[in-house]
Amino acid sequence: MNAPHEIPHEIARIERAFHCLRPGLEELQDEFASALLRFGFDEAATFAIRLAIEEAVVNAFRHGNKSDETKRVHFRSCISADRIDIDVTDEGAGFNPNAVPDPTREENLEIPSGRGVMLMKAYMTEVEYLAPGNHLRMSYVRPNSH
Amino acid sequence: MPLSLLNIRRHDGYTRVEFVEKNILDEGNLHQIEQEIRTAIETEASPRVLICFKNVEHMSSAALGTLLALKDSIEKKSGELRLSNIDRRIYEMFVITKLNRLFSIHDSVEQAASSFTKK
Repeated sequence: MNAPHEIPHEIARIERAFHCLRPGLEELQDEFASALLRFGFDEAATFAIRLAIEEAVVNAFRHGNKSDETKRVHFRSCISADRIDIDVTDEGAGFNPNAVPDPTREENLEIPSGRGVMLMKAYMTEVEYLAPGNHLRMSYVRPNSH
Repeated sequence: MPLSLLNIRRHDGYTRVEFVEKNILDEGNLHQIEQEIRTAIETEASPRVLICFKNVEHMSSAALGTLLALKDSIEKKSGELRLSNIDRRIYEMFVITKLNRLFSIHDSVEQAASSFTKK
């Protein structure tokens, strides 16, 4: 990990617009991991952000664009020394995240799907869906940088 | 035929599964993983399956879904599923989703193997 004085002061932006999920998502994850290392984010942050990006982009493809490869998923991000902001937008009709059943309720525990949004909320500092529900905005704030 | 994504070995009384890849994310790979395990145990009346997560660094919610589907079909045949060697960050995903209460999770392969019901 970089010593604190080596952390870049500038802002890095990583943006993509892609039609198909693989291998674009892996390439994005690799580029993102390199940027996080350069900005001195630790393993816990790297794990959290990789998971959140995976869930966000897969949801946008599968549920937002309904796996229609004529549609695109737009990924925009801004990385700085103390925070990471990510926007993922699909070209679908949008959805109501509040309508997703709580996967941790006893009666839902054995249902195989529906945990992506919950994991993003657990690992990221802020997660919100902007109207009409096809635009996910999430951020990770480095601990102790408030 | 695609390359196998798993190392599957038959041990005394159970089938041990290990992942080749360090990331278990892609739905296509997950479908293949599920099929490989199903094929390995399809002739067993009451399969005992131990999935070792040694070397696995990243997982997704889709992978949790695959594990739930496998657990369901193993238990429908009165079989047993055990998980072992899960990295602490990945184990956190099980805790957050409360799936640690549903799966039998062990620190080591030895502990997991000895936890199968004695026949």
